[in-house]
Order: sequence, then C-alpha cells, then structure tokens
Amino acid sequence: MDWRRFGVIALVIAILFGVVVLIGKNQTPPMVIITSMLATTIAVATPLTLGALSGIYCERAGVVNIGIEGMMLAAAFFGWLASIYMNSIFGFAPMPSLIVGVIAAVLSGALFALLHAALSITFKVDQIIGGTVINILAIGITGFLNRQLFFEEGSIFGGNVPHAPGILPSIRVPLLADVPTFGRMFDQQPITIAAIALVFITHYVLFYTRWGLRTRAVGEHPRAADTVGINVARMRYANVIIGGCMAGLGGAYFTLQSVPSFEPLMTNGRGFISLAAMIFGNWTPIGAWAASLVFGTAQAMQINLQFFRELILPEWAFLKNSYIVGLAPYILTMLILTGIIGKTTPPAADGVPYEK
Amino acid sequence: MTENYMLSEARPEPRRRIETNIVLEAKGITKQFPGVLANDKVNFDLRKGEIHALLGENGAGKSTLMNLIYGLHRPDKGDVIVNGKTAAIHSPNDSISLGIGMVHQHFMLIPVFTVAENVMLGDETIKRGALDRNTVAAKINEISKQYGLDADPNALVGDLPVGLQQRVEIVKTLYRNAEIVILDEPTAVLTPQEAEDLFRIMRDLTARGVSIIFITHKLKEALAIADRITVMRAGRVINTVLPSETDSAQLANMMVGRQVILTVDKKDHEAKEAVLKVENLSVRDQRDLETVHHVSFFVRGGEVLGIAGVQGNGQTELSEALTGLRHPTGGKVFISGHDVTGKPPRVMTETGLAHIPEDRQRHGLVMSYSVADNMALCDYYHPPFSKRGVIQPKALDENARRLISAFDVRTPSPFVNAGKLSGGNQQKVIVARELSRSVKLVIANQPTRGLDVGSIEYIHSVIVKMRDNGAAVLLVSAELDEIMALSDRIAVMYRGQIVAMVETKKSTREQLGLWMAGAHVETA
Amino acid sequence: MAKSAEQTTSQSHDLRQILRASMDALLVPLLAVLTAMILGGLVIAFAGGNPIYAYLGLFQGAFGSTKALSETAVWATPYIFAGLAVALAFKGGLFNIGAEGQLAFGAVVSALIGYALPDLLGISLPAIIHIPLAVGGGMLAGALWAAIPGALKAYTGGHEVINTIMMNYIALNMTSFLLNAPMKDPNPLNVVARTPSIAESARIPPLFEGFRVHWGFALALLVAFLVWWLLWKTTLGFEIRTVGANPDAAKYAGINVKRTIVLTMALSGLLAGLAGTIEVTALNYRHELGFSVGYGFDAIAIALLGKTHPLGVVIAAILFGAMRNGATRMQFLTQIPVDIISVIQALILLLVAAEAIIRYLYRLRAREERVVLTRGWGG
Repeated sequence: MDWRRFGVIALVIAILFGVVVLIGKNQTPPMVIITSMLATTIAVATPLTLGALSGIYCERAGVVNIGIEGMMLAAAFFGWLASIYMNSIFGFAPMPSLIVGVIAAVLSGALFALLHAALSITFKVDQIIGGTVINILAIGITGFLNRQLFFEEGSIFGGNVPHAPGILPSIRVPLLADVPTFGRMFDQQPITIAAIALVFITHYVLFYTRWGLRTRAVGEHPRAADTVGINVARMRYANVIIGGCMAGLGGAYFTLQSVPSFEPLMTNGRGFISLAAMIFGNWTPIGAWAASLVFGTAQAMQINLQFFRELILPEWAFLKNSYIVGLAPYILTMLILTGIIGKTTPPAADGVPYEK
Repeated sequence: MTENYMLSEARPEPRRRIETNIVLEAKGITKQFPGVLANDKVNFDLRKGEIHALLGENGAGKSTLMNLIYGLHRPDKGDVIVNGKTAAIHSPNDSISLGIGMVHQHFMLIPVFTVAENVMLGDETIKRGALDRNTVAAKINEISKQYGLDADPNALVGDLPVGLQQRVEIVKTLYRNAEIVILDEPTAVLTPQEAEDLFRIMRDLTARGVSIIFITHKLKEALAIADRITVMRAGRVINTVLPSETDSAQLANMMVGRQVILTVDKKDHEAKEAVLKVENLSVRDQRDLETVHHVSFFVRGGEVLGIAGVQGNGQTELSEALTGLRHPTGGKVFISGHDVTGKPPRVMTETGLAHIPEDRQRHGLVMSYSVADNMALCDYYHPPFSKRGVIQPKALDENARRLISAFDVRTPSPFVNAGKLSGGNQQKVIVARELSRSVKLVIANQPTRGLDVGSIEYIHSVIVKMRDNGAAVLLVSAELDEIMALSDRIAVMYRGQIVAMVETKKSTREQLGLWMAGAHVETA
Repeated sequence: MAKSAEQTTSQSHDLRQILRASMDALLVPLLAVLTAMILGGLVIAFAGGNPIYAYLGLFQGAFGSTKALSETAVWATPYIFAGLAVALAFKGGLFNIGAEGQLAFGAVVSALIGYALPDLLGISLPAIIHIPLAVGGGMLAGALWAAIPGALKAYTGGHEVINTIMMNYIALNMTSFLLNAPMKDPNPLNVVARTPSIAESARIPPLFEGFRVHWGFALALLVAFLVWWLLWKTTLGFEIRTVGANPDAAKYAGINVKRTIVLTMALSGLLAGLAGTIEVTALNYRHELGFSVGYGFDAIAIALLGKTHPLGVVIAAILFGAMRNGATRMQFLTQIPVDIISVIQALILLLVAAEAIIRYLYRLRAREERVVLTRGWGG
C-alpha cells in the first residue's frame, strides 16, 4: 500500500462525507453528522473488512476465493439458527445463545472453506468455478432449510419464525466513548471491534511471523516453498480454512449484530465487494480495511441521507432515491477493478493449482 | 561400468584415499512417468570433495534422478544411500536434514522476498514469536564472506541480476549446512565469464569438503570442471569416465547414441538488400521500464543476424516489438521498405514475417487444438482455409498432411492434439506453419531451447535453408554456440543496447563473452 | 496403397477415440446427476419426507402428462438460452456470472418496446414487425449489458467475474427503480412492481392450442444449433475458441484478442437477453420484479453439466426445467419445499465441477487433459 492510494481513499471518503454535511448542516451541526457518519461507516464496513481478510488469507496462500459471499450467507444462517435453537428450544439466556451463534457462524464458514479447499487444492477444480459452487450451494441450502424449518407446516418451529435472542450489545471503549460527540465512534458492537483487531493481527501474522512468511511463499512460488520442505497443500488448506472463519464471522454480523433475522440472499453481494476491497488494498490487511471503509462510507451515506430527505434540494432529487444511491458501491467496485486508481499485483501463484 | 564400489568402503572411517569416500550413492533407481521411463535402473555415486558431472541431452533423465535424490519425487524402485546408510527420502525436508542441497535450473526464489527471507524460508529463526531477520542476515553475511558470494541480505531478490540470484541459491544450501550440492544446469543463464566465476566458487566449495553434482548438457563445461563425468541417455546411465581419458566426440557419441556433427554445414552467404530495418527503436516492458534503448540495425536477405546476450537484456522485448506484440515507444521498423512500426501481428505476417516464438507452448501453439488446426493458426481466416467466414475442414486437413510429411513431424495423425506431441515435434509444427508461407523475414527466438539433438540439427538446417533461399533471418538465442554456428553477423545486446556488431568470422567466443558481460562499458 | 491403408487406420483410430471421448463426456454428468439425486434423497429423508414418493412426484410433475411435458419445455426455454450464454462465454475463456442481469435488462427493454412502442408511435404495429422489434431490442440490451464488463476486461483488465456480478446488482437496482416508478403498471388494483401487459402484436404465440409451450422453445433449439455452428464451423468461432484456449497464442496468431473478448461477451449477453425477452414476449407478457433472480447461477450449472457443448446444454436445461416443473407436484404430494431442487442442483454442479469425486466414487479412469474454463485474477 502506497501513500497515494491512502490519499485517494481519504479523498473519496471526504467527498462522500461532504455531501451529507452540506445537505444536513442546517438541521444538524456538522460535527454531529460527521461522527454519526463515522460510527455508521465503521459499523457497516465490518462484513467487508472480514470478507477482505478472508480473501487475503486465501489468496496470499494462492487460492482464489470468490465463495466468500456464500460462506457469509451460510454463516449468517447457521449462526442465527444456532442462536435460536439455544434460545427457544434449549432455553438459554440471550447472551450465551448469541455467543454460541457466533461460534456456529465461524464454524460453518470454516466448513464451507474446507469444501472450497478440497475442491481447489485436492481436486484441482478451477478455483473460480469452485467458489461459484460454494455460492450456489450456500444459496440452495439456506433457502431450503429456511423454508423447511420455519415456513412449512409440521416443521420444528411449527410454521412460524420464533423470536430471535436479539442482537449483540455494543461495547463502550472506556474513556474514549465518554468523549462528547466523537465518543459515538467508540461505542461499537463486538464483531466490529473484533474485525478491527483482526486487521492488525493479520498484518502482524502475515509480515512478521513464520506462518506469514510461509503463507506468502506458497502463494508466490509454491515450488520454491516445496523445495525447502514446506508442505504446500497443508499451508493452503490451513489458510483457506482460516479465511473461512473470517468470512463466517463476517456472516455473523448480518444476523447476530445488525438485525435479529435472516432473509434469503441477505448478504447482497457484500462478499464480492470485499474482494474488490482486497484488490484495492493490494492484498494487505490495512489497505483492505481502508478500502472497506470507502464502501462503508458509501453505505453510511445512503443510511444517513434518510434523516435529511426533506432537506435535499430539487436539483439533487436523485439522492432521495435509495435505488440510485444504492448503486454507489457496485459502480465503485467496477471503477476500482479498472485500475484507473492504480494497478495492484496479486500473489504470483494466485489461482494456480500446485502440481508436483 | 564403474559403479561397483564396495559398500564397506563408504564407512566414515579415517580416509586413506579421498576419492573412494562415497558420500552419496543411487542404486538401481527406476522411475516411470506416464508414457516415459524416466530412470531405468540408474546407478550413480558421488565421492567426498569431488565435482561429478552428470551429462546428457534434454530428457535424458538427469533432472528426474536429482529430483528423486532431493525428495521432490519418489522412485518406483531403488535406493539412495547417504554416508553409507540407506536413506528414506520422502520430501525435501529429509534430504535437507541429510545435508543435501539443490540449486534448481529455474531458481526457487521468490522475487518479492528479500535475500534473507528467501534464505531462511523453511528454516526460520524465531525470536519471541517473530522472524529474527537480524540473526539471519548476520549468518548470510558470514557465509557470503567465507565463500566470496557477495549476497546482500536486505536486497529484494527480484532486483538482483541472474548471476547474483544464483549465488543466493548457493547461500541457501550452505545456510542449511549442505555437504552435497546439486547444481542443475547452472550455466544456462550465465555469460562465459560468469560461468568461470561459478566454476571458481565450485572449486572453493570442494576445497572445503563440499561434494558437487553438476548437471549439464554442455560437453565443454563437463570436461573443463568435472573430476568424473557420468553420461545419461534415455533414462539410463551409459558410462562414467574421467575427463582426462575422453574427448568431446566420444562424449557426444555417448550422449546421443550416434555420431554427431558438431558444426552446422553452411555455404558462404550472398547478402542482398536489407529486408528488416530497425531505426532508433525503444521499447518498454510490462513494468513500464524501458528495456530496449535506441537500437538500430538491419538484416539483409540471405543472411542470418544473430543476437547474442544473456537473457533479460531486452531481447524478448525487442523481438516482441518487431513482431507486433508490443508497441514500441520510439523509433521505426521497416520490413521490405514498408513502415510497420507498431502495427499488429497480422499486418506483420501479411508483410512476410515468420515468427518462431520463445515459449512454444504458451505462444506458439494451442495445446488443446489438433495439429491441423495449429498448422493453420495464422492463416485460418482466408482461402483456402475459410470461405465467406466459414472454415473449410478439408483444406485444413490437406494442408496438415502436406506439412507433416514435408517437415517430418512425427504424429499419429493430423487430428491429434498438439499437446500430445514431443517438444521437438511441437517445434516442428510451428516451424512448418511459419516457414511454409511466402516469407521474407524469419524471427527465430530461442528456436532450439529444450530440444533433443536430432530436432536441434533439423531446426538448424531449416534456418540455414531459409537463408540460402534468400530470406532474412534474425536469430535470438542465449546459446552462444548456436549463435556462432548459424549467424553471418552477430549483434551483442547488453542492458537494452546493441553494444557490438561483428562478422562471425572475425569474432571470438571470448570477445563475445566479454561484450555480453558489459565489458565495453569499462573500455569504451 | 499402403499409405491410404495407414490413413484409414488412423482415421478409424480417431473415430474410436472420438466415440470413447463422447462416452466419457456423457458418463460423468450422468453419474453426477444420479449421485446428486441420491444425496438429495438423503436430505429429503432427513427432513422427514419419503424420497421415493418425492421423486415419483417429481417425475410425474415433469413428464406425467402432455401438459406436464409442455410445462417442462416452458421451464427449459430460458434455461437453454441462459445456459448457452454461459457456455459460449466459457468457450471464449470468460466466466459470465452476469446472465441474470443481462436477462433482466433484456426483459425490461423488451417489455418497454412491447407495451410502449405502439402508443409512442400512435399506430398499432403488425406482429411481424412488433415481435422482432421487441425480441431484437431485448437481445441488444442483453448484449450491451454484457459488453460493458467485456470491454472492461479487454481494455483495463478488470476481472469479468466480479464485474458481471456488479452488473447484476446494478440491473437489479435499476429494474427495481423502473418497475416501482416510471414503468409501473398503472392499473390502480396493481400493488406489485411490474410493467403493464405488452400489446397483443408483440406476443409470440403458443406452439399448440391449449398449451403454454410456445415458439420460443423451438427458437431455443434452433439457437442452440446456431451456436454450435458458429463455434465450430466459422472463422469467428475459431477466433473465440482460440482466445479461450490460449489467449497468448491467439495474439501471436494475429487474432485481435481484445475485440474478440468484447464480442464474445456481447454474444453471450445477447443469448441471456434472449432468455429474458422470450419470457416476456411468449409467456408472461410483462416483466415482473424478482422473476430473473436465480437464473444466472442456474445457467452456470447448466453450462457445466452440459460440458459447455450446445447439445449438452439443451439436455441439461431440459433436465433442470423438468426438476423445477416437477417440484411443484412433489411439494403437493410430500410437503417437501420446492427449494430442495436448488440443493440437488447445487450438488449436481459440485459433482460435475469436481469430476475427480465422481471418478473416485465410481472408479473411472482419469482423463488426461484438464479443460481450462477460466483463468485467475489479473488481466
């Protein structure tokens, strides 16, 4: 990640913030708008950050993973399902139910990742097709089970969705959260805090530890790693599964932190957008996080503009239309992939099965 | 046959004679790959402190044998005995712990890693959970000083010239305390002078007790440096000989299994007017670095101009610019007087260019296509191969049958996929396709790399024939011997410039080698 | 004499090889379907259903009557088009995950031409003009929608996989916007996001009186043949396949790789657009929000199950159509939700993609060559 790239990120974020501040400034003080935007941005960037970290673990080890979307969706469903089972059937309190839900989400991400690893490493299936299989399988299974368990007569939950144990409560960072106005930024829910911590942990692991050195080696030149006695397949399996855990935690965001319910297809392309964040962040954790924040800002703008609908001038009427404003992340993704903001280089052996 | 050493002699007892102290022995090694018996009951041994050359053609089974010893593959049958004990080598980990190190032909280095990271990979020093780069750097500096290897631990490997990268590979083996070092075709990427340097390092290593297996297909090098030479052919060991008791002709005979004509039969050339004219050409590579700077030259009809140079001095980008694959950033290119600067490949071929690309499998052929389709790969779009946008299979078939017999392509039928043919026959498919058109200019890039001697001789004879028929030939090759055998004039490329242009008759190997190493920079 | 004898042996050798290869090509998909059905049966049993009843219901619903057959053909029609779209792109080395968006965009444009054009011109159009306009407009819209990621791939290296997915979401947002506001059916009773009905003159008639199967099905079969002809008999097809098999060699051979990539994507999008447009003009007579969801992934499964060959695509599409069609009857008989079909189809795709699993399960000999359908990141 070069500084120019961070500069571009800062500029885009500043412009998007500026739009909201300009529209809302007569009703709400700019500082309040900015902190509200910041808090929302950090929160909604969570699944993107975790998705991008998932991509980084996989692709640094040389396995392309476009199944992140499916892994997140499956994790969102199974995490939610586990929390409901704990809460409604086994009668646990909401908090332990939610924690079990998060664990179940991470595990189901890992399980789907294991399948992706088997397909791409052992069976040497084209990795993009393998990832597509994961996506389709996740849509099929979650759709079927969602219907079968909740909406069919005679199903376990008797044809109606039981009450979910709610969402994860936010954690106030001591002292910082008490700062007036800006304090809101430090009042975040646990998965968001975990995601930010994982960005820095991943950075350290990748660039300062033996694990990271070996991971990057099998992603750059697997044969070279093999000749110095590194088990390429094992490194790749492990990293893909770790990546699956990241995607799983990202999936938990949707049903355990954001809203207490599941809808088919609710990940809505976030898994794919996080790949764009990973690419724009040049396969580095901190860069990918910064890029996720850009997408987060676009989404935060959409959310925050809802408060100021009446203040939008007639010339800017399109900003009232959530379908139009909602296009921003997708168009941004396509722009990033054109490389007009600077080309990045993937690991040299990314997507290439290793044949001895 | 000289393999029947007694096992008892290999015991690490006080040595009476250094030569008989065997550190590594391969016995009855057999390895079958789909369709090829790569090693057939191979016996081989290495004595302490010797340089043992393993000589053979491409595909003779040398690399397979070494990959088996190094643990990259497992033999079907046979044993590897290290320091008198039968060794169970299942992976490179095992061979490394037995003190075996290998410098592969294609370097096993990661360009985006530093020298220190590359060296420590797989054998990392850890301090408080993190990589200890400083300790590793200190150890590299120490090894580097001891053997005169000159490796900077903090440099990025991708930024180093090839010669230095090779030294990093040697440091890698010494860092792991290797006592047996396998060098696989180490001189392929070096200038003659750099090769001399490598030989000095090899002698230094053996003086300190390291034993070296030196894999090569170059007779002269084996004769120059080896203590013993073992020749392999078609997966078998033919013989082990002493350099003092043999000569090039005998070795060549053992390598190929028949008498080999070591020189190319070539008449004096009658050069006509220039077909290819290059003026002040500059080209950038994919990283946007200018790798060809203001190059000017011409090639006349009826002559071969050879471009000599160590790989990576701009030859690839130059030939890409001349064949329309890369847009030049400056200068002009003319073929038969037509300005073709920056024109796409199709315009070039229609102007009379034939191109034999450097990487035949990647650029020259579609491996999943039949021989017939590959033979029409450049001409599929016009009659007789297609009419009004519709492909004419009969014409493709006839064309293929004609070329298969004219160019002696060994294939079961025209419908077989090109990927199923041997390397030599794949190259013949390309040569047949390219040279069967009406051609004024031939650009041949590494036309014989990786081929067997029979195919090399054939390709050479075709190139000479094209020249005798009046075509202009630009030959780019990293093999100085090939350049000297085929060319009428030789241009030497160094760091993107043509630093010398001489008549072949008036040039010497040594002088060319100096130019290739950039000696003009100091003298000029 | 000897020479010609040798030639015939080599030819008959080739013929045997081709036969063996096509047997082999058929065997794996067949076994994959079988295995997926068995696994699906286990899921059904696990969910408390009777798999045998379920599959009987499925078969009955799909093939049990002339009406069932007609409905299967109706379901199969868009699958054939969309499957061909993905298969054609695969042949050109491109992975078009965007059939869904191209289909939706094609359907919207086709519906617009279908209901608005006569009013706009102030005349009623004859069917012979109106149908081709509606169908052609939809095709072009699909082609355009796919050509954008195609051009981005060719000229900037932006990977088509992510870009076609992004184009899906953009298409979904745009159609949501259009169908909720400017193009919404103005009928005061309507609460759904959908267009008004298209004019009678833009409607493709049914094949047989009293059945829903329409001329679009016949068109699909014809188009499948045309795609085969294009790919294997024309110079354009040669170029598309060469770029797909080895883009570097294609460039060396003088093929304009960038233009071919854009063209391949456009043709692929054209076929996907056709899937949407036929649904509008021959079946639903309008476009309704959400109808396109799922087609993109189904099309990938069909293309892979059909081994990216047009004939294979037709067979796979009919199979998928039969499953979707029969599922309703299955649900009626056994209370197993139709969504089980998505699971079975995903399993089919999984097993077709990972041939090695099938080969291992049934102890089949491995094929020597690996077919490369797509390439990694970077352009």
